[in-house]
Amino acid sequence: MEPIIKVENLWHIYPTGNVTAVRDVSLEINPGEIVGIIGQNGSGKTTLVKHFIGLLKPTKGVVYVNGKDTAPLKVQQVAANVGYVYQNPNHQLFARTVRDELAFGPGNLGIPEDEIEARVDQAVKFFGLEDFLELHPYRISFPLRKLVGMASVYTMRPDVFILDEPTTGQDNITTQTVYRLIKRLRDEGSTVLCVAHDMILLAEVVDRMLVMRGGDLIMDGTPREVFSNHEIMSSTHLTPPQITTLSLKIQEKYQSFNKTVLSIDEMVSEVQKSSQS
Amino acid sequence: MTETKPLIEFKDVTFWYGSTEDQPALKNINLTIHEGDYVALLGLNGAGKTTLQLCINGVIPNSIIGEFQGEVIVDGNDTFETPVREMAKIVGMVFDNPEFQLSQMSVGEEIALGMESLGYSYPDMVKTIDEVLEIVGLTGLIDRSPFGLSGGQQQRLSIASALAMQPKILVMDEPTSNVDPIGKEEIFQVAYQLNRERNMTVIMAEHEVEVMAQYANLVVVMHEGEIVLQGTPEDVFSNVELIQNLGLRMPQVAAFGHDVEKLGLIDLGGQYPVKLDQAVETYGPLFNKKAG
Ligand SMILES: Nc1ncnc2c1ncn2[C@@H]1O[C@H](COP(=O)(O)OP(=O)(O)OP(=O)(O)O)[C@@H](O)[C@H]1O
Ligand SMILES: Nc1ncnc2c1ncn2[C@@H]1O[C@H](COP(=O)(O)OP(=O)(O)OP(=O)(O)O)[C@@H](O)[C@H]1O
Ligand SMILES: [Mg+2]
Ligand SMILES: [Mg+2]
Repeated sequence: MEPIIKVENLWHIYPTGNVTAVRDVSLEINPGEIVGIIGQNGSGKTTLVKHFIGLLKPTKGVVYVNGKDTAPLKVQQVAANVGYVYQNPNHQLFARTVRDELAFGPGNLGIPEDEIEARVDQAVKFFGLEDFLELHPYRISFPLRKLVGMASVYTMRPDVFILDEPTTGQDNITTQTVYRLIKRLRDEGSTVLCVAHDMILLAEVVDRMLVMRGGDLIMDGTPREVFSNHEIMSSTHLTPPQITTLSLKIQEKYQSFNKTVLSIDEMVSEVQKSSQS
Repeated sequence: MTETKPLIEFKDVTFWYGSTEDQPALKNINLTIHEGDYVALLGLNGAGKTTLQLCINGVIPNSIIGEFQGEVIVDGNDTFETPVREMAKIVGMVFDNPEFQLSQMSVGEEIALGMESLGYSYPDMVKTIDEVLEIVGLTGLIDRSPFGLSGGQQQRLSIASALAMQPKILVMDEPTSNVDPIGKEEIFQVAYQLNRERNMTVIMAEHEVEVMAQYANLVVVMHEGEIVLQGTPEDVFSNVELIQNLGLRMPQVAAFGHDVEKLGLIDLGGQYPVKLDQAVETYGPLFNKKAG
């Protein structure tokens, strides 16, 4: 299978402050993969993914999307294939109403009116935006604005969907909406990249995790592999979900138990197994 | 524990942002917070957490237009009668969206800005800036522009600015919403240390229940402008059905305890561990049947 994103020896150095934000990163992402990107603040996650949409150009190295070098492309040219939901929705939203915001992207892609309308309606239902359609995006709360950011990318149906910290400021109910979005994108065959500090979200939805540290890509593995790698976890100071940590601590204490769980349900079935044996 | 005097008291507080015909943002709030408390405010988006916090520094009712009923007393001051700038010396505020608070200067100048009204000498100011930068883990970035910082770094900066004012009460509104796990841990730790060592009262609105259960001694659950539950983390999270019906999440280890209790695999009498260490103690034996 041809990778949908291919990164070769990517470097990004910000001229201001001469910060090396991404250092010699190479990776491939296949169509349909659900990938989490984790790392401390300032480790280069946002900088990395901004190259996939052409918002940043490599200082050195090449980024291919669908086999095309993104360096000479304009953001609009990449946007047909890759959608980016900004970490900060204030940098993303500019239309006068939520409805216009949702219709803008597909309009720009030349999608027919009735199809745009159908997509907007569907997104409104999915994200629960019915009451806010005619409001200015700045008149609604930050968490809702983030949902609008997601919805306005969703209406473009990009092949690759990049979410930068989608659950920031979200409560449990809207976090569930993000889960459902990622699951739906998976079912629709989209490729999803999710930058997140929310380990509970990642543990439950991603197949693969990329770990960044100080601009380096230091690990590429399944959530179970990443969470049970003591060296990686302690050197990046990342904390697995509480239930995963519980399973790791119990492993330390009782050698007879050796499962690293990713969810409460998995932990419950471990208890059931051990009570039946 | 000995009874300390109340530091913050809400008495029958109701507040409307708009007309009294609409739903109020706060409804009959009665809440007593003691000096040295570490309070977690939980609730869905729109539950009223931020609104309640704005009553503590007097921005409500003094600077935000609306209809206010009841009384809020903070460190002996009736907030209705005390200028917001006086309250700012007692109450430090850290918001969730630091970008809006940042100015055009360097990290160091940003922190100095708030301190000017406090009449520090220059050497004291420099020393305090170094101290607070170290507390939040931004040592070395003093000359950087706040706009070139990552989201989490910006958030730490706004905490440093609040700490530089040496307030008695630290109000934090989702202070870690962009912060990485270690940063979160650090910020909760910082707040916890300030709380333990300097007896600073901390009032934190936060969605991440696991950390709140770890640090807070008082958990306050809000729903549609009302306080629906308050107590120790253990007590609050024994109300599993209510918490879940409100759409809130339980700490994972407590939710797990509830699930295995329902299956009849353990008897916890409806009280679940909420902290990791308690959970390892309580659940460990479940996984050690064979070896034991
Ligand atoms: N516009 C910019 N100018 C200069 N330096 C920048 C700029 N944006 C980011 N940086 C620096 O580049 C590094 C990587 O930042 P980046 O935003 O990619 O990190 P991140 O992993 O997304 O962090 P966070 O978790 O805080 O969002 C940091 O040291 C940051 O301070
Ligand atoms: N400036 C304002 N003007 C009018 N209504 C407001 C204003 N700020 C908040 N509200 C309304 O008051 C209610 C309580 O909002 P508040 O911001 O206190 O909730 P919250 O619990 O802090 O939510 P979140 O988790 O999203 O931060 C909500 O219905 C909100 O829409
Ligand atoms: Mg980022
Ligand atoms: Mg709020």
